[in-house]
Amino acid sequence: MRRHISSVVAFVVFAVLAWGVTAEWTEPGGLVSEARASLDRAGARNPVTAVLLSYRGYDTLLEVGVLLLAIASVWSLRRVPSTEPHGAERPLLGALLELILPLVVVAGGYLLWIGSDLPGGAFQGGALIAGGLVLARLRGAYEPRDGVWLRLGLVAGLLVFVGVAAGTLAAGGRLLEYPEGRASSLILLIEGAAVVSIALTLGAMYLGGRPDRGSDEP
Amino acid sequence: MLALLDVLLALSLVVLAWGAMADPDLFRAVVKLITLGMVMALVWVRLQATDVALAEAAVGSGLTGALLLSSLRRMRGREAERDGARKGQGG
Repeated sequence: MRRHISSVVAFVVFAVLAWGVTAEWTEPGGLVSEARASLDRAGARNPVTAVLLSYRGYDTLLEVGVLLLAIASVWSLRRVPSTEPHGAERPLLGALLELILPLVVVAGGYLLWIGSDLPGGAFQGGALIAGGLVLARLRGAYEPRDGVWLRLGLVAGLLVFVGVAAGTLAAGGRLLEYPEGRASSLILLIEGAAVVSIALTLGAMYLGGRPDRGSDEP
Repeated sequence: MLALLDVLLALSLVVLAWGAMADPDLFRAVVKLITLGMVMALVWVRLQATDVALAEAAVGSGLTGALLLSSLRRMRGREAERDGARKGQGG
């Protein structure tokens, strides 16, 4: 009974939204033309990347912080003791991984690089590599260990982003106001660190809890 | 021609969403949710939001699906433990 009520409510909400979109409550306009005109100075030809990392870079900084909060919350749920790799039960997965994992890494790096001109970017590349990490975990080839390197990778995105933001402040401009001509390289730097963080965060989240420490735990 | 594709995609969304919610077999429901994510990615492409489509396919379909399947497996394991304990106590 409850399920039927909720589905009716969901359908009503959907109908209202559909009517709103077709009746054009939302008017195109605002700053679209100005945003598109300044893409070269923003440092990216892909308007989505320009908005994410240049015009609204502060929001993306907070988003990367939210990802760190998310993995901290997942880690606070429980400890996940390391299990014996049971990859021997899945020979096909191993064969697939040998082919796919290098391609996944290359594709993720490609998405990161091409994100400034074409659809792509840090989140997409990071999520793709995280998918590869999940597959490797299923095979037993990737066991996240709570150690210096994992934690460094998890915070790298936020650290670099905050560092760039502090740098722009120190250089006399406003927060995340990239200096002339350096916008695209700074965007690439931020996105590069973000890819590592996003991939490790999403990959570690699959574990469902905090992994064991490295070799220093008895 | 593309209008036909759009209609098919929209219909698939509704059918898959309903199926994911209404299916009593949880595994089938999760599979329908994963498929919903992939169809949603195609919808994003048709709406010319390719960046969103990439993210939806990777996170909404791939990672969420993997997480749900993993949770389902642990749920089944807990249920089996509980049933086993109850049988042991009753017997």
